[in-house]
Amino acid sequence: MSITTLLSGRTAKAPAAATTDVALDLRNVQKTYDTPGRPQVEAIRHLDFGIRRGELVCVVGPSGAGKTTLLRSIAGLLELTSGEVVLDGEVVVGPPEGMAVVFQEYGRSLFPWMTVRQNIELPLKEKGIAKAERRAKVDRALEEVGLTEASEQHPWQLSGGMQQRVAIARAIAFQPSVLLMDEPFAAVDAQTRAELEDLVRKLWKDLGVTVLFVTHDIDEAVYLGERVIVLSNRPTVLMEDVRVNLPADRDQLTTRSDPHFGELRGHVYELIQRAKRGDRPDAPAAPPAAASSPEEA
Amino acid sequence: MTRFLKATGYALGLPAILLTAWWFGSANSTNPFWPPLQTILETFPTTWTWDRIVGDVFPSLARLGIGFGIAVVLGVALGTAIGLSPTLRALSEPVLEFFRAIPPPVLVPIIALFAGYTGWLGKIVTIALGCLWPILLNTVEGVRGLEPVLGDTAKSYHLSPWRRLVFVILPGASPRIFAGARQSLSIGVILMVISELFGANRGLGAAIVQFQRSFAIPQMWTGVIVLGLIGVLLATVFKIVENRMLAWYVGQRQIERGV
Repeated sequence: MSITTLLSGRTAKAPAAATTDVALDLRNVQKTYDTPGRPQVEAIRHLDFGIRRGELVCVVGPSGAGKTTLLRSIAGLLELTSGEVVLDGEVVVGPPEGMAVVFQEYGRSLFPWMTVRQNIELPLKEKGIAKAERRAKVDRALEEVGLTEASEQHPWQLSGGMQQRVAIARAIAFQPSVLLMDEPFAAVDAQTRAELEDLVRKLWKDLGVTVLFVTHDIDEAVYLGERVIVLSNRPTVLMEDVRVNLPADRDQLTTRSDPHFGELRGHVYELIQRAKRGDRPDAPAAPPAAASSPEEA
Repeated sequence: MTRFLKATGYALGLPAILLTAWWFGSANSTNPFWPPLQTILETFPTTWTWDRIVGDVFPSLARLGIGFGIAVVLGVALGTAIGLSPTLRALSEPVLEFFRAIPPPVLVPIIALFAGYTGWLGKIVTIALGCLWPILLNTVEGVRGLEPVLGDTAKSYHLSPWRRLVFVILPGASPRIFAGARQSLSIGVILMVISELFGANRGLGAAIVQFQRSFAIPQMWTGVIVLGLIGVLLATVFKIVENRMLAWYVGQRQIERGV
């Protein structure tokens, strides 16, 4: 952390009028890493899509598809080379107010010197919320993720899955307009993972929060999302914006054995395989880019 | 309870053996510089009277406390600033390495030129300067080594600079800060004594030198024992404070190691 980055997040008014039902809008996003003395790396070539308020959208891509770069750009932790990310009608130029991020490294995103309660409470303190209300919000968040018992423990006393629940509780207590999740369950075991997936679906339905969920797991993306955005290999463009028209009530057993789930899964799998082979919409051999660009809501 | 007794037994076992060896090894000594332990212990109560403790031990400890305190405050403040700013780091790194390489006792006569031989100021400056480097350098490393995900978390919840400092940066660097402070404390004890060897008439170091110069050899030995006891006491107090402040760190490490 440098002193300059100690400044807290800011947003600026977007020049274009934003439609109110779009929570998060990516406009011609491009990111090239330009470190002096090293070759330029073009991470994201062109991404342009929007997420409607209350949507749960998953982003998948082959490894090295710039998923983390994309998420960090949206979170205002990374400066774009060109284009803009617009949250609630305001261009993101630093970590925005209305966003909470759940990082992959749960063990390292929680403050080990604080109890679970203090971890969740700290961002609320920053918001200037009064003590009694803070307590109530923390209690409610802990209840939502099923961790009421653990409030006075330290994160490292909990299992990996429980730690990630704490990180989720911290994010929802913050009441963000958009919740970003960066491969949050990549490091937990399969059973815990299934539980946490269901937790995300439940929170999304209960709280009506907009969720952008980045994952490398195709099954997870299809199971969770209302839409799955498939990315190409680097430099990243959009492969396809897949609509997941599965019923809203999903559960691990019936949804995953639904033939339609299988079809969607197969389709996304196929896309990823193509992406891995270097097949991309903007490549000469592929169909023109315009054909596969997403239609905005 | 049995565990406590066992721990106490382990802690006191070796000192007991050493004391016994000293006692019998020196029992019939006629060498004036190496008096029997019995003689030394008999001289102890008459040498370290309350008056002497107030007149010699307390001022030494007070100077150590002030000097060490200044070093902690300065070291953590400067170390945090340097750790956070790549520019400051680039500017200060060669200078820091230079000062760190100078053995602190060398500074005693130099500081005495500016701050005087006899007063408190020169001694406090000596202790503070000697204690500063380990704390400063460890703080820099502690701040730099802070988990980047924690920094991102702090940023994405846009914690104010002040909250980041108090709730994220300083606690995150605290294990390193304590490691530096522990080193500094032993340097401080050494400098506390050394700063009194040259020009002082009161103080623990001064007392030991005076005993030596007046051939009060058993008394001199009692002074050495007092110094050792002070060292043990300070280390114990430090350990207690550290265990309280770094309870989270100790616990986390135990779990990571699967203990």
